[in-house]
Amino acid sequence: MASGAEVIRRAKDEIREVDPREVRDLSLNGAANGAVLVDVREQHEFEESRIPGAVHVPRGHLESRIEGAAPDRSQRVVLYCASGNRSALAAHTLQQLLGYEHAESMEGGITLWKDRGYDVEVPRALTADQRQRYSRHLLIPEIGLEGQMKLLDAKVLLLGAGGLGSPVALYLAAAGVGTLGIVDDDDVDLTNLQRQIAHTNDRVGTPKVDSAEQSIADINPDVEVVKYKTRLDAENIMEIIDGYDVIVDGADNFPTRYLLNDASVRLRIPVVSASILGFDGQLSVFAPYEGPCYRCLYPTPPPAELAPSCGANGVLGVLPGTMGMLQATEVIKLIVGVGEPLVGRLLLYEALSETFTELKVKRDPECPICSRDPDSISDDEMGQFPDYEAFCAG
Amino acid sequence: MTRWGSSPTTRPFAPGNAVSIVKIPPVLRSYTDGEREVSADGASVGDVLEGLAASHPDTRGQLFDERGQLNRFVNVYLNDEDVRVLDGLQTAVGSDDTLVILPAMAGGSQTPAAAESAI
Repeated sequence: MASGAEVIRRAKDEIREVDPREVRDLSLNGAANGAVLVDVREQHEFEESRIPGAVHVPRGHLESRIEGAAPDRSQRVVLYCASGNRSALAAHTLQQLLGYEHAESMEGGITLWKDRGYDVEVPRALTADQRQRYSRHLLIPEIGLEGQMKLLDAKVLLLGAGGLGSPVALYLAAAGVGTLGIVDDDDVDLTNLQRQIAHTNDRVGTPKVDSAEQSIADINPDVEVVKYKTRLDAENIMEIIDGYDVIVDGADNFPTRYLLNDASVRLRIPVVSASILGFDGQLSVFAPYEGPCYRCLYPTPPPAELAPSCGANGVLGVLPGTMGMLQATEVIKLIVGVGEPLVGRLLLYEALSETFTELKVKRDPECPICSRDPDSISDDEMGQFPDYEAFCAG
Repeated sequence: MTRWGSSPTTRPFAPGNAVSIVKIPPVLRSYTDGEREVSADGASVGDVLEGLAASHPDTRGQLFDERGQLNRFVNVYLNDEDVRVLDGLQTAVGSDDTLVILPAMAGGSQTPAAAESAI
């Protein structure tokens, strides 16, 4: 009876072994010239790292699954494993039992491949903890592993860690959005706690960005928080918002909203915008060049007497929660790429009558910002209006 | 026999003076005695808003500029369409229509640029 080593040696004698360099040249030539590269290792080995472009057919399932990967028995099939033994046996099986005419085994396996310094692909996977944490997302086909990975890779900037920013921050953190930037120059005040649920009694007097960071970390340590304890202005806005995938606007003043609009159009970053007052809320998504921008909807800010956010006004404490949840939902939809975002639509919410009203918003062909090439918008133009600063003077 | 159209207390139905619902935004409710919705007559958007201004005079200055045009900072929707993309103040209005007056709102998170706000 032959030993195992003898069986492997004989198999290698009866098949063609190829050097990793030849395999690399095949893949460099694109589509491997009709050849199929098959990884015959176990699942856990394949998940750790693999040769780019390889398909996975573990040796234990070779006979039943190879036809899915290589349906044409005359095509070239190059197999590899860790060191070249299992793939030699598998190639021998393909050649002797299944009639593959060009079944080959890569010498030295992926170990030699790596030693040569050739590229390997490290597939991304959730950790065991993440699989548990996000299991309810993974169960929704529209999110799934791919969507969760997108969330983990996403960078979302929150303008303000107040009424709207608080619930948005907490839910996006829970959802696993990988990076949350927070712009807020303010400290937590006792009057905030009626609605700004990212903050707590014992953090009154501390910076809101620090307080929000703590709440986020308490919910989900996966999230990286980038803090901007500053005022958003024409000088810093381009630098701060650049690189973010989505911006959540919950600013309470028109100068900031117009400034953000203009800068986000320049950088083509979608803005999920909400505003609240009393018992009423508004929500829309401004996706530059796909739909209208904030200036298309509101070409001119209202005068001070119609812009009550410039003074002290009340708001139902749960209202920013309601509107913030809708914002967070739109953010997740944009990141994952599912559903119909609220682009070109304005949603009005009236808490007292518990009614939603949807209005159409169209792009303004005369819009001073988004009707133009974004590169033509200068720093000096951003957020500008006649008597612009005067709007909040009252 | 009293018919609706001939009742002395009921206006005869005609397109020229249909009654529309005008939804009043929060910032204008102080000018409408707190009313969230107001009925107003008119065959066009302009007529309906004039009707509103006639019954609640303090709204006039918020709706119209000195030339009688709709203020640029006020959006008006006929049902769900912005009247700017229809025929503006001349847009015809039917009795089942709703007008929504919508100035921009900025309330949200408190930000340093308007730190005096408690929103």
